[in-house]
Amino acid sequence: MNAPEPALQTGYNFAYLDEHTKRMIRRALLKAVAIPGYQVPFGSREMPLPYGWGTGGIQVTAALIGPDDVLKVIDQGADDTTNAVNIRSFFARVAGVATTTSTTDATLIQTRHRIPETPLAEGQILVFQVPIPEPLRWLEPRETETRTMHALREYGLMHVKLYEDIVRHGRIATTYDYPVIVNDHYLMRPSPIPKFDNPKLHRNPALMLFGAGREKRVYAVPPYTDVRSLDFDDHPFSVERWEEPCALCGSTETYLDEIILDDQGQRMFVCSDSEYCATRQEAGHKGEMAA
Amino acid sequence: MPNLPTLGVRRLGKQFTLHTQGGARIPVLDEISFDVDHGECLVLDGPSGAGKSTLLRCLYANYLPTQGEIWVREAGSPGRIDIVLATPQQIVELRRTTISYVSQFLRVIPRVSALDIVAEPAQRLGCAAAEARDKAAALLARLNLPERLWQLPPATFSGGEQQRVNIARGFIAERPLMLLDEPTASLDAINRNMVVSLIREACARGAAIVGIFHDAEVRDAVATRRLPVQPGIAAALAA
Amino acid sequence: MKPGKLLLQVRDLSKYYGNRVGCERVSFDLFPGEVLCIAGESGSGKSTLLQTLAFELRPNSGSVCYDLRGEGLTDLARLPDASLRELWRTDWGFVRQNPRDGLRMRVSAGANIGERLMAIGERHYGDIRLQAQDWLRTVEIDEARLDEAPTSFSGGMQQRLQIARNLVTRPRLVFMDEPTAGLDVSVQARFLDLLRRLTSELNLAVILVTHDLAVARLLAHRLIVMRQGRVVETGLTDQVLDDPHHPYTQLLVSSVLTA
Repeated sequence: MNAPEPALQTGYNFAYLDEHTKRMIRRALLKAVAIPGYQVPFGSREMPLPYGWGTGGIQVTAALIGPDDVLKVIDQGADDTTNAVNIRSFFARVAGVATTTSTTDATLIQTRHRIPETPLAEGQILVFQVPIPEPLRWLEPRETETRTMHALREYGLMHVKLYEDIVRHGRIATTYDYPVIVNDHYLMRPSPIPKFDNPKLHRNPALMLFGAGREKRVYAVPPYTDVRSLDFDDHPFSVERWEEPCALCGSTETYLDEIILDDQGQRMFVCSDSEYCATRQEAGHKGEMAA
Repeated sequence: MPNLPTLGVRRLGKQFTLHTQGGARIPVLDEISFDVDHGECLVLDGPSGAGKSTLLRCLYANYLPTQGEIWVREAGSPGRIDIVLATPQQIVELRRTTISYVSQFLRVIPRVSALDIVAEPAQRLGCAAAEARDKAAALLARLNLPERLWQLPPATFSGGEQQRVNIARGFIAERPLMLLDEPTASLDAINRNMVVSLIREACARGAAIVGIFHDAEVRDAVATRRLPVQPGIAAALAA
Repeated sequence: MKPGKLLLQVRDLSKYYGNRVGCERVSFDLFPGEVLCIAGESGSGKSTLLQTLAFELRPNSGSVCYDLRGEGLTDLARLPDASLRELWRTDWGFVRQNPRDGLRMRVSAGANIGERLMAIGERHYGDIRLQAQDWLRTVEIDEARLDEAPTSFSGGMQQRLQIARNLVTRPRLVFMDEPTAGLDVSVQARFLDLLRRLTSELNLAVILVTHDLAVARLLAHRLIVMRQGRVVETGLTDQVLDDPHHPYTQLLVSSVLTA
């Protein structure tokens, strides 16, 4: 499924952004790494794609990527969606870097809404695209107030939201962008990943960076940092489970997407991480609808 | 230490300054001194306008005297407090434990039933809720307040009914000093006599009472001593 | 109420807005269980004083000392922000004139009451819910409405919910700014009666701002009369109202309509 990437285009600085901007973003990222979970403001630039398409993630990637990096881009777990394809080809054109779909081969992975199923390793960087970085915005509109709340770790309000969830749905119904406490201090939105991926944030060997272009914030979870999902004693955090395995690779351990097959309600469940699923199929794992 | 009387008033004076009327000064009380001991009922005598109610209000700290001292022996304590100089906190406490004040008018508390209004002072002295209500019911029965009214807030009661609630509220807590301002004003003969009994019982248990009674018969029935209160200068001038 | 240990000590407290006086040289002591009323007409500095007492506004001069649990009398100016905010949401309470300022209108009554519990670290949904239910009952709101947002409540219920939301952490001092101003007279009576009962049952100290002298008479042990940012008269509530000494207090008292 790998189409050849476009060739390097001249006339742009390496990785599109000028060096001053990259340095500014790197400084913000260093601060973010030093204070895990803390939202660092940065001078977000206009990028050649609209807000909401990953401008924050792209700027972080652009600030970090080097000629020897191998880049993977995923969108909802897939390497071949429009957003993923375009961002990958963008960096092929403006940086000339090698690209891959293999999680293991990649040195830098930009992602929208998923963490790959293949465990990440030390030295890898995962860059998340973030729409709204402030977890407290739902109940507290004042920025000055939310900053104070972060500084003083006043996070009772977040539990008010979870309480409301249980009132309305009988359980914590938040299934993605599920709030976490990073390094026993900062409350953080992990970007709209499914809560299935939350446990992967905890003590992950890879460096995880988060970029919000419109909101002009970056934040980070450095390798091996404690990340705890909020919950109640009598409504503990739990991840989604499916009653059937992946229809293609038979995996029972992965996050599955539901795919509607026809108007009669026929459906199948398949791994959301397309590369992981393909790799398993190549290794001979078969689901009941595998070709 | 000699046993001090329950109430000791020394050279008490009260004058009002009416700023809304060009700072007019109205002297009402001047150089009043007396003692009242436990078991006594001191009746204030004098024509209306003489300042009897003003004196009583001074004794309750409702009015602040212009000069003089008002020494009150606090319940459960050997010492006395001059309520002219006492802090508001001390006065609130004195009113809870030591001084009762019964006027002609009931200050209604919205939504609270007659029974609970009467029971409240006893409860605030540490009486259990049920016991306080029983005592309140007994008092209201003695004062012939129809039982169907007990659970209702007295806002809609007649003047006489409200006054009986007020009397019951004043007598339920057995405080050492009782100030009575025309408690029988709008009562019929039967209830008037009941109030006389209540006053005598209070004296018998050792209360010191200072009272104003419009009714000569009641006055004669309860007074152990009388204090003439002379009309103030203002009243004389106005006449 | 027994005069016990000093709860709040205010000395020469002043707050200015530029050259304009918000409140000036205010001093008083407050004891546990005492209800103190600050009265005066609009613009007299009542609300400014209330906010300055609670350190929601920083005074320009003077001091407010509070008997912090475990610490004793502490100058609030020396308190770090974190401790001050903790004080606001645990040992103190705030009842606002407009329920929109005192409640979270978008979440259920239960969550409104539970917020303080969650803020101090309670993490058992069932327990929080039970406590919220108890407090709804205490403030005479039907428990069946636990999961409804306060937008569906009447004005009187909203004010009672504010009380419940504050009392859940058993504060010793509650600040109230004209809590009955927006209520119909009949609803007011119920609210005042509830307040009267709770303050005495819980030995709650209250600093209450009102322009309504009848409210002051019903609830307050003591009264402070303010005019143009200054205290003109203070004392026992009934003494100030029945035997006012200052010309302004006399005018204020004589201006009240009696029904």
